[in-house]
Amino acid sequence: MKPFRKINSRVVPLDRANVDTDAIIPKQFLKSIRRSGFGPYLFDEWRYLDRGEPDMDCSNRPLNLDFILNQPIYRNAGILLTRENFGCGSSREHAPWALADFGFRAIIAPSFADIFYNNCFKNGLLPIVLDSATVDHLFKECKPGYNLMVDLAEQSIVTHFGETLRFNIDPSRKHRLLNGLDDIDLTLQHAEAIKAFEAKRAAQAPWLFAVPR
Amino acid sequence: MTGITLYDKLWNEHLVCIEPDGSALIYIDRQLVHEVTSPQAFEGLRLAGRKPWRIGANLAVVDHNVPTTGRDQGITDAVSRLQVETLDRNCAEFGITEFGLADPRQGIVHVIGPEQGAILPGMTVVCGDSHTSTHGAFGSLAFGIGTSEVEHVLATQCLVQRKAKNMLVLVDGQTESEVTAKDIALTIIGKIGTAGGTGYTIEFGGDAIRALSMEGRMTLCNMGIEAGARAGLVGVDETTIDYIKGRPFAPQGGAFEQAAAFWRDLRSDANAEFDIVIEIDAANIKPQVTWGTSPEMTVPVNALVPDPDQEKDPVKREGMIRALQYMDLKPGAHITDIRIDKVFVGSCTNGRIEDLRAAAEVARGKKKAASVKLVLIVPGSGLVKRQAEAEGLDRIFKDAGFEWRDPGCSMCLAMNADRLEPGERCASTSNRNFEGRQGYGGRTHLVSPAMAAAAAIYGHFVDISALAEKSPRAPTNPAASNGHSNKPKPHRRATPSVANSSKSKPTTKAKAQTRQPGKPKATGNTSATTPQPDKPKGRKKIETV
Repeated sequence: MKPFRKINSRVVPLDRANVDTDAIIPKQFLKSIRRSGFGPYLFDEWRYLDRGEPDMDCSNRPLNLDFILNQPIYRNAGILLTRENFGCGSSREHAPWALADFGFRAIIAPSFADIFYNNCFKNGLLPIVLDSATVDHLFKECKPGYNLMVDLAEQSIVTHFGETLRFNIDPSRKHRLLNGLDDIDLTLQHAEAIKAFEAKRAAQAPWLFAVPR
Repeated sequence: MTGITLYDKLWNEHLVCIEPDGSALIYIDRQLVHEVTSPQAFEGLRLAGRKPWRIGANLAVVDHNVPTTGRDQGITDAVSRLQVETLDRNCAEFGITEFGLADPRQGIVHVIGPEQGAILPGMTVVCGDSHTSTHGAFGSLAFGIGTSEVEHVLATQCLVQRKAKNMLVLVDGQTESEVTAKDIALTIIGKIGTAGGTGYTIEFGGDAIRALSMEGRMTLCNMGIEAGARAGLVGVDETTIDYIKGRPFAPQGGAFEQAAAFWRDLRSDANAEFDIVIEIDAANIKPQVTWGTSPEMTVPVNALVPDPDQEKDPVKREGMIRALQYMDLKPGAHITDIRIDKVFVGSCTNGRIEDLRAAAEVARGKKKAASVKLVLIVPGSGLVKRQAEAEGLDRIFKDAGFEWRDPGCSMCLAMNADRLEPGERCASTSNRNFEGRQGYGGRTHLVSPAMAAAAAIYGHFVDISALAEKSPRAPTNPAASNGHSNKPKPHRRATPSVANSSKSKPTTKAKAQTRQPGKPKATGNTSATTPQPDKPKGRKKIETV
């Protein structure tokens, strides 16, 4: 996994609460069996005026110019600023895949849906929770050209105007993200403990180990 | 000593080890697999040269992408076909049991798992699908995961997790006869919001939950994720055990009795502590209809479309305005005046036999309104379909002008050909009314199966309580249709109230525990003034606010 250490990047303000993963990446794109190539379809129904289909060439599609992501100044933005309960709904990891594929590295919101939050960390994407008042404050400051510097090791954000904000993050997730560690490798270091657990469980509750056929 | 919650019991029982930083390795007993969220996980295994840890823990089925008509011609959409065939290939390569398209047991992953007895109390159950919460109905810890975690479980049979907090939603009293588990679920979501359960496991308790059949409990836990909770739970009782008995993958004979003795302990202790307790009076719950683009945007059918001007929170108000615009609705309109174009009965929320019976009961001897273009009845599995046909439900639907389809996720998320066209309005028994969920530009109103069938007949939403008064045959209450619940029909309230006023006021408790000063916890202990998670029937009624 791609590690996340520090970024200094332009911020896109997406001023909506409860942005669901169906909106982040609509269902027709979930037919892909690949992990990449979702970026052009990120927020497809909001971003384009026509109906998107898998494998469509997006370079000629009619853009919804009212949608913030279509403003040229945000083309290379790496930070998304948004409202509460971002990523609610479907568990589709295609949502963080699409956000990361588009170029986002960090998302700031007052809260995230649990599954989405978890999925971000598997894909080098840093979800940052700040209290509502701070997010409100950032929305007020965030005019085109607004930048933030996010430093994961320091757990800090330095605003465009030099103010330093702190954020909390689970130490285990921080460690894994900073170092781009493979979760499966880490878990397999406990292979003996897993086997022992399994043997004990199979003795106590053998019915759990019947194979469905 | 303070008792512990069912969630805490399940958590403790699956703990393999705890890292020094506090994250826990949790053992997973069962993984359900479907075609949409698994291809990249299998590919990851292959690229890393890994093998599945315990093949027999997995059960796969195709459901999201499959057509509900013309199956003899296979899947005509090439992209969908490739994804389905990829699952077939992956399961063959790794030796995982799969119900393919031609298997009579094929169906929606969350319907076939319980139906086969592949979900048992006390299990940890995961699937690359948020509605895995469904299986908490069995007293199992079940939650949705992303594709990276699907790969993680395949490779290690474990997940790295942080423990969630405990929430108890207590629905005491009796519901009116036409109120279903779907209405209870929507009422709860309407009260606590779609983020209300974020960070929590929600246990559902109280008389009204105990009175639900297993299918009703599955509907309720299924919608737990729409309240933000990854996992919902209902403690085990005889309803649970009776449901499992005799199912193909469940233990049989003496092994079943041994297992059942173990399962009976799977409930929260009477004096368990919850971080938060929400109380809802069952008698005040009305059949629900969602009016917006989030499941929390729900009102009783006899209410009005709410007015954003009444909302003080600017972010919420903005959300309401956007939703009303998308849904093309005006504040103050009667829900019963909303005309619909299509109806969908099915999904992992409401695609089981009791749901089809409830819809058929309303449709019996009637015809769909001429203005309704399409009524899709999509059974949750091949076995549900067969059972419905044995009961003659398919004839009722066909005679009413409804379409009787093959099993799959269908128009719940519209990955196959079943979808809404832009601007079309649908009465749907599914779980999400997000923008575009049922098709680009489509408008979804979430309802129960009986409410959906009634909308199909009348062409607009109708209050089925009023319908029941006119008709000698009341719509079937799923809770009463499986023999486990024989509750009497309660007296109907005379005057339906408008807007939100008929809903109960849940109490959110966060008072300090007397035994543990300063700890912000509510109690669920046995004292007469505090609720308990699994109050046995017949005990003294506890006052709710």
